[in-house]
Amino acid sequence: SRRAMGRAMGLLVGLLVGLFLVPAVLVSTGFRPGAPHAGPELAPELSEREPGSSGSLWPLPQWLRTSGRRLQLAPSRFQLVPGAGSSAGPTCDVLQDAFRRYYGYIFGQSRRRKRGLGPLGVPREPELSQLEVVIESRDPGCRSYPHLGSSESYHLTVAEPVAVLKADEVWGALRGLETFSQLVHEDDYGSFLVNESEIVDFPRFAHRGILLDTSRHYLPLKSILTNLDAMAFNKFNVLHWHIVDDQSFPYQSVVFPELSEKGAYSYNLIYTPSDVRLVIEYARLRGIRVIPEFDTPGHTQSWGKGQKDLLTPCYSGQKPSGSFGPVNPILNTTYDFMTKFFREISTVFPDAYIHLGGDEVNFDCWKSNPEVKEFMWSKGFGGDYAKLESYYIQKILDIVSSYNKRSLVWQEVFDNKAQLKPDTVVEVWIGNNYPYELSQVTGAGFTAILAAPWYLDYISYGQDWKKYYSVEPLNFLGSEKQKKLVLGGEACLWGEYVDATNLTPRLWPRASAVGERLWSSRNVTDLQDAYERLTNHRCRML
Amino acid sequence: AESEQLDGTPCTELLVFVGTPGCDGFPSLDSNESYKLLVSEGFLLLSADAIWGALRGLETFSQLVGRDKNGTYYINKTEIVDFPRFPHRGVLLDTSRHYLPLRAILETLDVMAYNKFNVFHWHIVDDPSFPYESLTFPELSKQGAFNAMTHVYTASDVKTVIEYARLRGIRVIVEFDTPGHTLSWGPGAPGLLTPCYSGKDPSGTYGPVNPILNSTYQFMTSLFQEVSTVFPDFFLHLGGDEVDFTCWKSNPKIRAFMKEMGFGEDYKKLESFYIQRLLDIISSLGKGYIVWQEVFDNGVKVRPDTVVHVWKENSTPYMQEMANVTKAGYQALLSAPWYLNRISYGQDWMAAYQVEPLKFEGIPEQKDRVIGGEACMWGEYVDVTNLTPRLW
Repeated sequence: SRRAMGRAMGLLVGLLVGLFLVPAVLVSTGFRPGAPHAGPELAPELSEREPGSSGSLWPLPQWLRTSGRRLQLAPSRFQLVPGAGSSAGPTCDVLQDAFRRYYGYIFGQSRRRKRGLGPLGVPREPELSQLEVVIESRDPGCRSYPHLGSSESYHLTVAEPVAVLKADEVWGALRGLETFSQLVHEDDYGSFLVNESEIVDFPRFAHRGILLDTSRHYLPLKSILTNLDAMAFNKFNVLHWHIVDDQSFPYQSVVFPELSEKGAYSYNLIYTPSDVRLVIEYARLRGIRVIPEFDTPGHTQSWGKGQKDLLTPCYSGQKPSGSFGPVNPILNTTYDFMTKFFREISTVFPDAYIHLGGDEVNFDCWKSNPEVKEFMWSKGFGGDYAKLESYYIQKILDIVSSYNKRSLVWQEVFDNKAQLKPDTVVEVWIGNNYPYELSQVTGAGFTAILAAPWYLDYISYGQDWKKYYSVEPLNFLGSEKQKKLVLGGEACLWGEYVDATNLTPRLWPRASAVGERLWSSRNVTDLQDAYERLTNHRCRML
Repeated sequence: AESEQLDGTPCTELLVFVGTPGCDGFPSLDSNESYKLLVSEGFLLLSADAIWGALRGLETFSQLVGRDKNGTYYINKTEIVDFPRFPHRGVLLDTSRHYLPLRAILETLDVMAYNKFNVFHWHIVDDPSFPYESLTFPELSKQGAFNAMTHVYTASDVKTVIEYARLRGIRVIVEFDTPGHTLSWGPGAPGLLTPCYSGKDPSGTYGPVNPILNSTYQFMTSLFQEVSTVFPDFFLHLGGDEVDFTCWKSNPKIRAFMKEMGFGEDYKKLESFYIQRLLDIISSLGKGYIVWQEVFDNGVKVRPDTVVHVWKENSTPYMQEMANVTKAGYQALLSAPWYLNRISYGQDWMAAYQVEPLKFEGIPEQKDRVIGGEACMWGEYVDVTNLTPRLW
């Protein structure tokens, strides 16, 4: 243990003080479920964490106090159970599944699972017999899906004889279980130990995502599920599923089966409705939202294979050239299609948000098409094709809105001055001067998420995790009110050079750096301490 | 080609004809890897002078077989005459920066065979760890491995690698890099490394192998005696790269030695002194050697059949180095543009592909001295979790 005996006394006093102060923290700063906001920064004097003494927790909790006193766990007897007064009990599948999962993570390959006739050997330390999980809110969330406003805060007390994990909602319990599993360590003799500790934790940002691209390369289900596990180890809570794009359309639509029939790489490289349900449920059990992205009007080549007349025919002079461009914004059939298509999407994906894309629309094809040119003139758009793009996007936003869904869009949609609904989230991805873009987006009153500095598909030699870790999302010119509009960010792994053969080692543990940046407090920036914890965390994830 | 008529008679066998017997031997630099492949109506023949050519031909044959949409295996009528442009085509793996379990090495050998590589350059030990279990000096791995039980290569492991490689026509050239890159040797061989000094007193840290002690050369003789028997290839790689002189300079006994030998302040002379004695030891063991380019750059007197391994990209542009090495009469291996551990975004395979190893000014005899090259996968950021997708 790294706690020196000499500091035990001071810590004991501190522990008592801390136990008194923590409720004050809870009352004054408040864990406010339901309001997406940047977590309150704790006053420095309440933070008991010393540099280099945080074990290998990742991401680092907001407030943590550990003592030198160790407790021992016996795999044959230790239990994760719902506690008295919890609004979520044995019928809560999210918790039950988590208990089983975390028992496995904690004890790993240990053979001493069976309840024996009595303890084998004399415990050197007092025994910790169970961790009780108490969900405090009347509606724990067991039967529902996590959402942007979910509470992920938790309060963990590890003390003899029983540890207690309190959380408002089950989602906080999941985060706390992950942390608890990180606290348990093995000593040189194979005994499972945990230091007496107290942790008060909550995420700094509510939207902490990973983008996977299953169009440039198909990703088998197993790959996606393994990734969801890794996300849970790092407290990520959003899977941004960039499911289709130019290259392939693997999403099997019930209403438009030809989209994947003609657009997928092959008949077996698709996601059936059952596959999609599996991903969504697997994610839900880990407190992860699944936000699908159906990117239009650009990035849609594969859509045209299965849906005739959806894409704009490009012209070479007076005649169609044979190639196609973005979605055709001037036809009613386009919007009929989108209406039906997004109705299905709205039912299949339970999250309140859908990502509509809207990036990198190349205007050349539209410009070449005489009917489009005619339309531009009739609408009075002049030569400004950004207006045509906005015209299109606005109609899609309306369609999606009519299904009671909210939208995320890439930054171009905002940059090109489309009229967005007030609750549209703008994703900032262009690397050049993204702090300026954040100022602009939040200055206009929109919520934003940051992806620009976290394109993890851009690999380079050496310890590039440091550069991702050093990003400070709120380093831009703006008022406090504006800063609160930054909901979080996403680490993106675009798929041009990624498939199941290299996804996991490419994404992890580099994405872990982003995970801590989005969860932990702003002043957690020490690269040396991060290195120590991250190397341990990586081995643990393996 | 879409639906083409399949010729009636199904092919039932590929005849493999090998001219010279030699199944029990080990491949060498001079091995003949040429082969001829003939696929015609009902008659398939693979002929090679040596067994190694047959292996190359089998790989090619396996690549020619296709499967149509009915599931039928077919092969086009073909005639191939093939042989390698360069006789030394290697892959370097580094098992010191990160231990690589046996299965990772064997898997790499399989993929090397798919790509007709024929040399496995095993950079087995270095500063961070010493996983090679030596029979003569068991303390080296006991003290120097990351974990003496789980992160070592036993004699049996090494035999497995050598035989697995042999069956694929791959030579195993082991590298015991000295006098630098040897920190992990220290714990198991007290007195081998130079104690660094902080002023008048030892600082507690160590530097390169100590070149002034007789015990050093006794040690090297014994170690390399063992290594020479364990590894059957004629060549050993002796390293000799990146020797940091700071520690030597700090040590008063070494400074005294420099004075005694009349080396002045030129520590390259001390490095050469060490290397020359090491090369003599290796020669007396009947082995040839490959060294990193510094040995050549620093003017060490080496045997004419020394192979110089060019790895630096910048200090001298590597093509210039290739010219210099071959002009001086030595054989050269190229690795500088092929450090595959230096990853970057996008299709970086193209940059590797476009390297032309003979693109330097020189007479034909010089060009003939370029025996080939090696793709290097240094292990600072590589272990079994990411080796395969990073290398291939």
